[in-house]
Amino acid sequence: MRAKTKQHMFWLAIVVGAASSFTASLVWAQAATPADPVAQYRAMFGDDNPADLWVMRGQDLWQKPRGPKNVALAKTCDLGMGVGKIKGAYAHMPRYFADTGKVQDLETRLLTCMVRDQGLDRKAILKNRFGDGDRKSDLEALSAYVVDASKGIPISLPMTHPEEKRAYAMGKAIFYYRAGTHDFSCATCHGQSGKRIRLQDLPDLANANPEAQKTYTTWPAYRVSQGEVRTMEWRLGSCFRQMRFPKLKYGSEVAIDLTMFLAKNAEGGEMAAPGLKR
Amino acid sequence: MADPMRIRARLTGDTVEVKVLMAHPMETGLRKDSSGKLIPAHYIETVKATCKGKDVLTADWGPAVSKNPFLAFRFKGAAKGDKVTITWKDTAGESRTDDAVVS
Repeated sequence: MRAKTKQHMFWLAIVVGAASSFTASLVWAQAATPADPVAQYRAMFGDDNPADLWVMRGQDLWQKPRGPKNVALAKTCDLGMGVGKIKGAYAHMPRYFADTGKVQDLETRLLTCMVRDQGLDRKAILKNRFGDGDRKSDLEALSAYVVDASKGIPISLPMTHPEEKRAYAMGKAIFYYRAGTHDFSCATCHGQSGKRIRLQDLPDLANANPEAQKTYTTWPAYRVSQGEVRTMEWRLGSCFRQMRFPKLKYGSEVAIDLTMFLAKNAEGGEMAAPGLKR
Repeated sequence: MADPMRIRARLTGDTVEVKVLMAHPMETGLRKDSSGKLIPAHYIETVKATCKGKDVLTADWGPAVSKNPFLAFRFKGAAKGDKVTITWKDTAGESRTDDAVVS
């Protein structure tokens, strides 16, 4: 009898879950096209996002002393807002860092802090740059944590240092650079509005516009199809693969410059990452 | 060893809605890695939720449940301030217990 009641309650939980998602989808149906199951999925989650699990792990990694030098990133790492300050840091990146003499995006900056300040092995970190199940990525967790602290803050880049301007100009050039076996460029897919590939709407990322804002501000994101949080470095690498370009080197100047161009076009948009994507 | 769950329990009227996010690979045992070897099965088998010493939900799960599972359910009979405790056990013998206070 007891077992039966338990099972009954279990099914009740599922039925209730289904009923509430049904109401949610009714509300949602007016806002998006029926061909957008991802929006439906988002509605079911409500305020919850599996990326929160990465944020929690990232917080731990940020605050606990680690590495051979046994220091916490929270005590040593400067992401542009001062040592240990993460609020709004992502909304003002990529930017020029005087100590490294380079324009850096979040991932490369975190890498600098982990290698230089904590004494961790660069190769070991990069080996796990993209997590998969039990093989967890510290970079993805830390990125999720830092990005989460910029929620609601509008993107604005300093863009004062000549290196930053150079990175933007280079990023723009790369965006329009056609190459590879398919003679593709980023602009081939993302140069105009209202286009799609299969059922994927393609945002216009070539100019400053709301589409570019909406896209950039929702990365990094939890990719449902992969069950992992992916960062901008991953997103760009995947685009390069889809364009049949040579493999994009993680943390390379090309990746950072492109990010700079995309971030500039998204200026004014409020950060809403980690997002939730198909 | 396993990462913590994120649990929210909210009371509306006389019903508590519990939302749980669990961090787990939920390997089915059918996937292969890049070298062609089978990845061994590793998934959550049982989930139990208790409140004030009573089971409010027990579930037997299998490999069909997604990676990083999200579980939402409702139950009656709890008040604000009560503790909801969730425990999962997986095929590798690992388990994890976390709790949340009903708000």
